[in-house]
Amino acid sequence: MLSIQNLTASVLDESGTAESNQILRGIDLEIGPGEVHAIMGPNGSGKSTLSNVLTGRAGYGVSGKVLFDGADLLSMDPEERAAAGLFLAFQYPVEIPGVGNMYFLRTAVNAVRTARGEPELSATAFLATAKEAMAELEMDPAFLSRSVNAGFSGGEKKRNEVLQMTLLQPRLAILDETDSGLDIDALRIVAHGIEKLRNPERSMLIITHYPRLLEYVKPDRVHVLRAGRIVREGGPELAYELEEMGYGPGEATAEPADATPTDTADPSGSHAEPDDGPQAPQARSLL
Amino acid sequence: MTDTVEGLVEREYAFGFHSDIETDRAPKGLTEETIRFISAKKNEPEWMLAWRLSAYGYFVTQSEPTWARVHHPEIDYQDMYYWAAPKPKGEAPKSLDEVDPEIIDTFNKLGISLEEQKRLSGVAVDAIIDSVSVATTFKATLAEAGVIFCSFSEAVQDHPELVRKYLGSVVGPRDNFFAALNSAVFSDGSFCFVPAGVKCPMELSTYFRINAENTGQFERTLIVAEEGASVSYLEGCTAPMRDENQLHAAVVEIVALDDSDVKYSTVQNWYPGDAEGRGGIYNFVTKRGRAGNRAKISWTQVETGSAITWKYPSVILAGDDAVGEFYSVAVTTNHQQADTGTKMIHIGRNTSSTIVSKGISAGRAQNTYRGEVKVMRSAEGARNYTQCDSLLMGPDCGAHTFPYVEVKNDSSQIEHEASTSKISEDQLFYCRQRGLSEEDATNMIVNGFCREVFDELPMEYAVEAQALMRITLEGAVG
Repeated sequence: MLSIQNLTASVLDESGTAESNQILRGIDLEIGPGEVHAIMGPNGSGKSTLSNVLTGRAGYGVSGKVLFDGADLLSMDPEERAAAGLFLAFQYPVEIPGVGNMYFLRTAVNAVRTARGEPELSATAFLATAKEAMAELEMDPAFLSRSVNAGFSGGEKKRNEVLQMTLLQPRLAILDETDSGLDIDALRIVAHGIEKLRNPERSMLIITHYPRLLEYVKPDRVHVLRAGRIVREGGPELAYELEEMGYGPGEATAEPADATPTDTADPSGSHAEPDDGPQAPQARSLL
Repeated sequence: MTDTVEGLVEREYAFGFHSDIETDRAPKGLTEETIRFISAKKNEPEWMLAWRLSAYGYFVTQSEPTWARVHHPEIDYQDMYYWAAPKPKGEAPKSLDEVDPEIIDTFNKLGISLEEQKRLSGVAVDAIIDSVSVATTFKATLAEAGVIFCSFSEAVQDHPELVRKYLGSVVGPRDNFFAALNSAVFSDGSFCFVPAGVKCPMELSTYFRINAENTGQFERTLIVAEEGASVSYLEGCTAPMRDENQLHAAVVEIVALDDSDVKYSTVQNWYPGDAEGRGGIYNFVTKRGRAGNRAKISWTQVETGSAITWKYPSVILAGDDAVGEFYSVAVTTNHQQADTGTKMIHIGRNTSSTIVSKGISAGRAQNTYRGEVKVMRSAEGARNYTQCDSLLMGPDCGAHTFPYVEVKNDSSQIEHEASTSKISEDQLFYCRQRGLSEEDATNMIVNGFCREVFDELPMEYAVEAQALMRITLEGAVG
């Protein structure tokens, strides 16, 4: 379903020239239909850059090849990738003041349906589906009438991401630290929502620091990303080993913390939670 | 930011067409003779002519104000026509069927067919092409309720006692340079009178349209709500594409007597000039209302047009417990300049006012909010809440905020909030990742920014306003 071949990425400077410092330095990854892959790695290893590059965020100089269901993903606009079935659960969901959540969700669902040649959902049909999905995620229906993510707590934002994923029914979902900032109950609910979406046709790429989400959503493969390269691969047990042992000492990180190349300033102040979850226990490295 | 939201330049004025209607004009230039010509043309009584002439006498002693943050070449007031009317082909129309089909067609192009509106929405329309009303509908229904809604010229003929009583009572002929000009040469406009205790049975709507070359437009609107009356008045405008600047200096006066409620909504889309800033309407408007005891005046405006906008819908909160509101969205693109805001003048006790202003700038446009909150010594317990938000699209535009506050009574409460932001790359990318095109995403974010103001518009206007925003911001991204 997704085939990443020798993918590299650098941040573009203001003139549009790629900086010499590569953040991704040749990634190869194959994800088959129905497979769940986890990517773990220390801060600055390139995890968020990978999700940004796959979803088409501007500001990177990219080389290599990415095929999504055989199509050349890197040549597509972000909205075309979305229509093709690629979904990103954002690490920091963005606030859009004044735009109702219900309106936003329905517009998104219908934009994707239209692009796929499917008829638009009526307001009534959409509302019924949305309410059902919200009940699963233990979300108050009042969320629908609030502005997109505005004033949501960190946990509410993450649930809202999973709600969108549920409604958009993607072919491949990238979950970028969806478990960070969640308390135990919220984690269980969110993880249950994700696990429910698992099916033989839908693949997932879970970016995380901890195995705890992976306890609920058991990955087929775990990859360790470090300094822009995949340095280890293994089965689900690798996640526990990492927790136990840490990522180990390595070369200097290639990626600045939370490397978003363009406008990271969020005027609505949605960066309420810390930039990253608690640090992985790097000090006890035995690798 | 600059990669994806740059420019906001390539937009065509969607309503820029010109309909071919024979025009009957006053001689070029502004003299006492011009004023006598206009007055005679309209068969006005002597007192009306005297009023005009006295305003003219004041006007010639004044010079154009320079405090607004707008720049334009000097206006030659002698180099324009001050009156033009569509010539009736034959007799004056007695019903819509008799109206010049070209005029009807013009409205159809604008999507505001009188017939359709009449049948579907129940909105009474006093349609103005150039300076003369060509059609007025629903008069009977309104008359039954005792509401007078007619062209200003008709009001001068049919209700002279009301016009004499209220004309100039809120915006006097010596109020300011442009108000004086308007008072001297106003061509037509609307008159609305809602008698005591009457709730106007329908929303009133007027569409203005400039339609002849070099014709200054000087509309005069007077709305009177007697004790306990209420009315919602809608004004919307579009104008055809022009190369020469056109001056528009309107005056709107609202008299809201005790316990009355007047809501005045505007969607303004005058021709803004081309991408290089050539042409476009100069819109210098004076709008003000006076609210009596427990009366409420609410201004809502969505401004997307004009090369230059100079406009401060204001409320004099004269009575105790009077309420004033101002909700505004002002969009400027290309080389447009807007200097707009409001004045809330608190005189009565426990008066309260709310100001919500949303300015959007793109291209090389300059958008200025200028507001004044004045609390007089008598205004015990007055309250004001002001919120000014600016949204910038692209690197070459500007947003400026000048809030003036003058408080002479220490029991009052004044709150002011202001913000300036850009459409963030994060917001755009978030929407696009969910499948929205960049254009739709921008549109959605901008509409969200304007939401508090759109919510104040009557339903059908809210829809129109959103459509207008979409047209205005077409080509804003990419």
